[in-house]
Amino acid sequence: MTASTKQITNMEQLLEGIWKQNPVFVMTLGMCPTLAVTVSGFNALGMGVATAFVLVCSAGLISLLRNFIPKEVRIATYIVIIATFVTLVDYIIQAVSLALYDALGAFIQLIVVNCIILGRAEAHAAKNPPLPAVLNAFGMGIGFTIGLLALGCVREILGAGKLFGVSLFGASFQPWVVMVLPPGGFFVLGGWLLLFAWWAKRKESNHG
Amino acid sequence: MSEHRTGIPPADITGSGRLVATLGLVTMICGALIVAVWQWTLPAIAANKKVVLERGVKALVPDAARIVEYDAAADGIRPAQGDPAAGAVRFYATYDGEGRLLAIAAEGAARGYADVVRVLYGYRPACECIFGIRVVQMKETPGIGDKIITDAAFVANFDGLDVSLAPDMKSLSNEVKTVKHGSKKFGWEIDAITGATITSKAVGRGINDSVQMLLPRLRPNLEELKREKGSGK
Repeated sequence: MTASTKQITNMEQLLEGIWKQNPVFVMTLGMCPTLAVTVSGFNALGMGVATAFVLVCSAGLISLLRNFIPKEVRIATYIVIIATFVTLVDYIIQAVSLALYDALGAFIQLIVVNCIILGRAEAHAAKNPPLPAVLNAFGMGIGFTIGLLALGCVREILGAGKLFGVSLFGASFQPWVVMVLPPGGFFVLGGWLLLFAWWAKRKESNHG
Repeated sequence: MSEHRTGIPPADITGSGRLVATLGLVTMICGALIVAVWQWTLPAIAANKKVVLERGVKALVPDAARIVEYDAAADGIRPAQGDPAAGAVRFYATYDGEGRLLAIAAEGAARGYADVVRVLYGYRPACECIFGIRVVQMKETPGIGDKIITDAAFVANFDGLDVSLAPDMKSLSNEVKTVKHGSKKFGWEIDAITGATITSKAVGRGINDSVQMLLPRLRPNLEELKREKGSGK
């Protein structure tokens, strides 16, 4: 009985960030990288995976050390741990692809100040054992990546006529350039938020 | 501050020794992690940078059989080691299969509209001219600033761009300059792209700054470079 309850709890931990508390569409957190780097599907995926890596690793380490860290220095400790994993991601991305590193630019280093990560550390990892903490962080990471991909793919299709670098409409396509410029980020994010709000409202009225 | 802060009873206050120890230990773990991953990724990063560089130089000088990196400092040129020292200009000498110097490639950078525009240019000592450029990095507006790559008329500016040195060998006889579209008169001028003037000017400025630094240091040592040294590498 306890096993099955625990199973559900772990599953819920994972699903929370992917759907119910999706960082981009529900909590609208971490908007800076969300709007800035999602000009293509590839960039969005790279940023999402990098953020997810930092989320999972920092949540795991903070959860392991949670009983050891005095609360007076907890924020300083969390930031040191998060900054460490961001530095690691910085090196790893350079080793994997310099093109991706140049495309993401300063936004890799700025993962340090992404409020999703410190938010998860403070609100969840610091209070839970490693397994649920890591699962919750992993779910948030997936949710964030889905959010970035939703923006990145739409912007790349409309703004460049491509998806993951593959041309979709042939040479006659006239790219809708504003979509890969900063205003396009707001347009597409607004569109997605509208869609989610409409969907949530419809579900509510169906239940009522 | 209020005495009635909930959640932190006085007995719970941690001694400063413990705080320092916690931060010290955590930073030690983090430092070790960073050093380990840095050493682990270092060879891959260096290899990546080399591939990107060779691809760029080969695109400019397709016949290049070998590329040798040099640094041009104020007191002469020497083979490159690690990152270039402050004030030194990194350049790449390209050689054919028999070790004869084909051309020199170097990078120029200047601030464009969105961010720094970095271009690699090819210099041919025989004509004292630039014979081509390749954009290494830019974040200019798609459809406008990226015309510096796609606009054939603009690219043609760099086929035989005059960068000859003045008789005193200390600077160019004529500064490389980006001029308004349609008003190019001389071999050292670059015809800007209408609507992308800032980006066009950044390319011109980046090349001019780099050439003004590099060529006065390079010319006196050119004879040394004409044949590849120690063809083992």
